[in-house]
Amino acid sequence: MKLFSQLKKNLKNDFSSLQPVKVALLGDTATQFLSQAIRGIGFDAGLDLQMWEANFNQVERQIFDNTSSLYEFKPDVVIIFQSSHKLLETYNKLGSEEYDSLANNRLALIDSLCTAINTRLNTRIIYYNYTEIDDAVFGSYANKVTSSFLFQIRKLNYELMTYAMEHASFYICDLSAIQNQYGKATFFQPSVYINSEMVLSIDILPAVASKTVDIIGALFGRFKKCLIFDLDNTIWGGVIGDDGLENIQLGSLGIGKAFTAFQYWIKKLKNRGIILAVCSKNTEAVAKGPFEKHPDMVLRLEDIAVFNANWDNKVENIRQIQSVLNISFDSMVFLDDNPFERNMVREHIPTLTIPELPEDPANFLEYLYGLNLFETTSVSDEDTRRAKQYQTEAKRNAEKQIYVNEDSFLESLNMTCLVEPFTSFNTPRVAQLSQRSNQFNLRTVRYTEADIKMLADSPDAFTFSFTLADKFGDNGLTGVVILKKETEDTLFIDTWLMSCRVLKRGMESFTLNTLVDFVKENGYKYLKGEYLPTPKNEIVRDHYADLGFSKNEGSWILDINTYQPKKTYIN
Amino acid sequence: MDKSEILRIVNGVFIDILDDENIVLTDETTANDVDEWDSLNHIQLVVAIERQFRIRFNSQEIQRWNNVGEMVNSISAKLN
Repeated sequence: MKLFSQLKKNLKNDFSSLQPVKVALLGDTATQFLSQAIRGIGFDAGLDLQMWEANFNQVERQIFDNTSSLYEFKPDVVIIFQSSHKLLETYNKLGSEEYDSLANNRLALIDSLCTAINTRLNTRIIYYNYTEIDDAVFGSYANKVTSSFLFQIRKLNYELMTYAMEHASFYICDLSAIQNQYGKATFFQPSVYINSEMVLSIDILPAVASKTVDIIGALFGRFKKCLIFDLDNTIWGGVIGDDGLENIQLGSLGIGKAFTAFQYWIKKLKNRGIILAVCSKNTEAVAKGPFEKHPDMVLRLEDIAVFNANWDNKVENIRQIQSVLNISFDSMVFLDDNPFERNMVREHIPTLTIPELPEDPANFLEYLYGLNLFETTSVSDEDTRRAKQYQTEAKRNAEKQIYVNEDSFLESLNMTCLVEPFTSFNTPRVAQLSQRSNQFNLRTVRYTEADIKMLADSPDAFTFSFTLADKFGDNGLTGVVILKKETEDTLFIDTWLMSCRVLKRGMESFTLNTLVDFVKENGYKYLKGEYLPTPKNEIVRDHYADLGFSKNEGSWILDINTYQPKKTYIN
Repeated sequence: MDKSEILRIVNGVFIDILDDENIVLTDETTANDVDEWDSLNHIQLVVAIERQFRIRFNSQEIQRWNNVGEMVNSISAKLN
């Protein structure tokens, strides 16, 4: 990770081509360096984080005052940093009978801060949890005393997690985990605190900024969806082709332990919804051997969405994996123990994330924990079924080869679609698609769960979600449309996005048929669409033209009276 | 290490941290003489100097220096 002084040099770079995000930072200690570090890290992450900083110790004043410059700034993200050191000062001043109300009082304050922000701004809040300070008044016995500072701070962190679960636009940045990882001696430098009111040491700033920017990036659609990994000496010790099934290192003995633990980590990622793919120089049948027969293998073939073991070069194999999955390279991670392969792939696919795995496999996990590669801002039930969906996609592709023409192939799929407005059941998935979809996304407006709930209740917005199932399996919720009333005659397509795994199946036509029916039934005459280009949504540039909309200044109009329903194979 | 050598190294730290190639320190230089040398950057300079010389200043020292010469004296006292 870069040093703070290097991040500061980033501030002089040209940010103009980067995605702008307005970020407000409010703290009860000095936050100037943190603000600089966040902007500096943002540059390396491709974000122009436009920082607004509250004056020192103005958290409440800025948030409770309707007319404050915080609200004038209209941030996309509000970061609140209330430190353990200031909390300890508050605790110290309490009467001893009040000690055990510390956590609850602070939680009530946080709730009122967030409520105040949410009534005035449509924004996301990032809140740093509390680093532990053991004031050693009770020793370890503090764990048995509710009024001890340590008890209160841990209770507060626990309650914050519960609070975050109940409030969709409230995210915790896990400062406490950073202190645990680096140690308090690195995290906090008393002389710096005394002289500058900064609770973060200069050395820890990059780690804190990085963890913060990970969340901001994820909020704006930058996160990893897929892990591609090598096999020999990466997920087991030894070379399967040379050493054979019995001699690779896996299981509870020696270095085998490290590989087994590593596989459990990969399995947990898969269970969370990360797509797994194998890319290995091996003979396919030999490479699959351990997955099928080795008793100590944690990963099994059904965990792997795409299995590429052959003797072609890895660049081509990774490109092939990318084309099957149809997600962008910058949402993929590649793990390989061999520096030569890593460099070769890096040279050809620079946007792929390729960690410099340590030489000793015993260090793999701690190193990867530190990189925090898989930050996310939502998880849904659908994530856990993803590997299966991509496997069926591979089968579908295979079947497609058999059919001479597209129509008979589509007909053979027996596709069915369920159209529903946004409900409490589908809200998490709709929000997630809104955050994730980059390619088939006409305007790339990102909505959070809280936004989706508001839209569902709004009288001027009409919401549609589309699922798609076929004879191979259920793709789940894969399309979202939001219409907004623009005039008495016209509905504006505020959002139209689809998951790329259902492209080329006639979903666009089916969706438009559905929309036109709705427009007619509700007495409107026109549908108005707009395409806002991004670096990633080129594939829908001609979307409205292809569907028969006519160009009207910057937007696209469809007169529904002249509309002929399109042929689809979806019921 | 003699004081002129310490001054030379400190000068290098200033150039790196304040990102200004033109900084030339003497014993008499004060914060008023260097554009970017404010109270906040002072903390960053101190931490970088501590790292460079593998020393630790105590928290009162940091605010007591009136010029670069006094800072160099503090460093020298810790090294020798």
